[in-house]
Amino acid sequence: MSVPLEHDYIGLSDASRSSDSSSNITSVTETQPNSVLNFKATELSLGLPGFSKNGGPTIMLGAKRGFADVNLDGSGKWALKGGSEAQLGGFEKSQTLTPDVKPAEDKKKGSGSAPPSAKAQVVGWPPIRSFRKNTMAANSSKNADVTEGNLASGGCLFVKVSMDGAPYLRKIDLKIYHNYTELSKALEKMFSCFTLGNGVKGREGLSESNLKDLLHGSECVLTYEDKDGDWMLVGDVPWEMFIDSCKRLRIMKGSEAIGLAPRSMEKCKNKI
Amino acid sequence: MDPNPKRPKTVDRVDSVEVVNSSESTQLLCSIDPNRKRAKTVDRVDSAESTQFPDEVLERVLSLIDSHKDRSSVSLVCKDWYNAERWSRRHVFIGNCYSVSPEIVAARFPRIRSVTIKGKPRFSDFNLVPEDWGADIYPWLSVFALAYPFLEELRLKRMAVSDESLEFLATKFCNFKALSLLSCDGFSTDGLKAIATHCKNLTELDIQENGIDDLGGHWLSCFPETLTSLEVLNFASLNSEVSFDALEKLVSRCKSLKVLKVNRNISLDQLQKLLSHCPQLMELGTGAFTQELISGPVTEFKNMFSNCRNLITLSGLWDATPLYLPVIYPACARLTFLNLSYATLRSDELANLLSHCKSLRRLWLLDTVGDKGLEAVGSCCPFLEELRVFPAHPFDQQIFLGVTESGFVSVSRGCPRLRYVLYFCRQMTNAAVAAIAKNCPDFTHFRLCIMNPGQPDYLTKEPMDEAFGSIVKTCTKLQRLAISGLLTDRTFEYIGKYSKNLETLSVAFAGSSDLGMEYVLQGCPKLRKLEIRDCPFGNAALLSGLTKYESMRSLWMSACNVSMNACRALAKEKPRLNVEVIRDEDGADDSQAHKVYVYRTVAGPRRDAPPFVLTL
Repeated sequence: MSVPLEHDYIGLSDASRSSDSSSNITSVTETQPNSVLNFKATELSLGLPGFSKNGGPTIMLGAKRGFADVNLDGSGKWALKGGSEAQLGGFEKSQTLTPDVKPAEDKKKGSGSAPPSAKAQVVGWPPIRSFRKNTMAANSSKNADVTEGNLASGGCLFVKVSMDGAPYLRKIDLKIYHNYTELSKALEKMFSCFTLGNGVKGREGLSESNLKDLLHGSECVLTYEDKDGDWMLVGDVPWEMFIDSCKRLRIMKGSEAIGLAPRSMEKCKNKI
Repeated sequence: MDPNPKRPKTVDRVDSVEVVNSSESTQLLCSIDPNRKRAKTVDRVDSAESTQFPDEVLERVLSLIDSHKDRSSVSLVCKDWYNAERWSRRHVFIGNCYSVSPEIVAARFPRIRSVTIKGKPRFSDFNLVPEDWGADIYPWLSVFALAYPFLEELRLKRMAVSDESLEFLATKFCNFKALSLLSCDGFSTDGLKAIATHCKNLTELDIQENGIDDLGGHWLSCFPETLTSLEVLNFASLNSEVSFDALEKLVSRCKSLKVLKVNRNISLDQLQKLLSHCPQLMELGTGAFTQELISGPVTEFKNMFSNCRNLITLSGLWDATPLYLPVIYPACARLTFLNLSYATLRSDELANLLSHCKSLRRLWLLDTVGDKGLEAVGSCCPFLEELRVFPAHPFDQQIFLGVTESGFVSVSRGCPRLRYVLYFCRQMTNAAVAAIAKNCPDFTHFRLCIMNPGQPDYLTKEPMDEAFGSIVKTCTKLQRLAISGLLTDRTFEYIGKYSKNLETLSVAFAGSSDLGMEYVLQGCPKLRKLEIRDCPFGNAALLSGLTKYESMRSLWMSACNVSMNACRALAKEKPRLNVEVIRDEDGADDSQAHKVYVYRTVAGPRRDAPPFVLTL
């Protein structure tokens, strides 16, 4: 039985591989394939088996940014600093690297693994015809605001959270929360630095309908955009239905909020 | 064969009667057309196996044979049969446009009405073949204009088609009826204008997934008011808006319309209007299946499908949302083919839809439906024969969604009649494929694409050899196989040993040594097409197929380990093969053959090869 070829998928730094086919067959020990293959299986970069250096196919750098780029981007500018990521629970590590990476899968890798290098896209792989490629590309640019998680049942559901007046947005994974209470707590912590004055502490036994109260100290209204593109008040529907249809969150503040949340109006009246 | 034939009493004039006594049977035949040239007048009463049929009768009988494979066999029997076959043939299928020249075809088959031609190697669909490689239809058309002026049908796949060619086709063939273009390139909507304008008897215009230059939808308005013969109209893959008014009028006056596939720009309202004019449709491709507001009452909307009693194929459904999807439910029970590969449905939406589709035989999906959606397939569609699952985000390597091995297994449990599968996924296990093979032993086409090249079984970390091993061992009828994942030579050993009916094999990023390719070349007697990319197969492998390639249509090897010298050796040894090397753009290493395309031909080396194609 022939031994498995050691496929090197680290990627572009493959130049040292000899073009002689016979030298490509390396005997791989019992333990080695596991560790090598483990890494390969979860490694996100796509190099090519380096059979012949010159015969290798043309490699195009993929459209996705590599990790090196992400940290410089605007969306990541807050990511590496300070304690803000700590509020996001156990996922801070991956979230600091890029918002687009699914943390569940990163956990498969050893904790010491370096961020994957820039993704290389292989010409003509996977084998999809141009028409379908172009159609799907057009689709995904249309849904630019919708995160990947919304399209299929998966492990994560990242949505953007914006707060009026805040200089930047945040992204949270809705799937890690189980009810509105947890969500509101997390949001409060996340945006406490922006809330003026009294941040309302989470009360015990909050129900869905009380979520609106939580943020009323700062006259905030939590809204979300659903699949149809409409802006809805958070808390009306059961949690499962909510995360199914939520595309992004928005914390409305100030004058826009007044008059939108019935409870807040009452409160205002009461205060007067 | 009647051993005691009576002479026909109704015939007045009998030109030749031949009675042959053979050990098997006695036959009596009369030639009833006195003016017809006789094949042979020899009265042979011997025990020779050859039987003498007058030309006309033989031709009549042979004209009933449609399959081109059968016809090829027929033509090999003897010279008489060869002649009768060539005179009676109406349709010719050319699997590789360079395997034969138009002149040879025209000389052999004088009475062709319908031609199907395939051009570029299949990997050209995935940008592995440079532009301007060839496969131009024009040389064929110019010969056909003289040889087959009454040509009626032309079906092309992966050919280079220019607007000039289309105009030539439209104007030089007065009886032209049916044009089908799949995966072709080089033309624009201006070419379609020519077809619409000049083909007075057009029955079919089928434009699918081509590299077309879409300059606007005016072409549709070029159909004259007098054209009423259209039966098939497919412009689903064109992006520009056509005049709805022109389309509606066209559909109304073509009473025989059976297939209508519109593009995305046609709204639900417009679709409703169209369907009211052609309830006899058998195949429908809808436009966008979402709309802000519909104009009429919802019930009318719902009825638009219930009136289509002949509808068996449904496609399109772009942007279908759960709000409007239920309007197709009335038609679902009769559907045999449902193409949802452009509808980003989720599992629950699909499950609701499929619960109405009891008769489905063929189903195409996007992997947005997930494993849960595939479970619904397994439980709702017991008669399913074909399943294709396409990836919604094939190039987004950071997405770990889509379908997995468990979805595939669910389908196999519920659909034991599966014969054709195309499955894109990001993880697979050997055990799952073994289970699938056991559940569905009747596979004829098994195309599994694990999207990360060289990925092993994600649970055991072993190569995927045993997966494909179980497929070839269990599915003895397998004709087409596409393999992926981490694969050693063992996979090829299995294929060579067990897959005796294999005709097409696609290999990428697989194998450990030359042995892999050798196993296949030595073991698969019916192999016709072998396409390989990015595998460690070298010169020994290439040359091991020396005696095999002439029995195959073609071999493609790219990014393997083959040298120019080996290719030259092959070309020298086998003059009836064309051994072509496509040169690398940067031309770095001249001693290695970057892309090799080998095919049998009776037409000799290409005369139209561009500079980057070297015929050795």
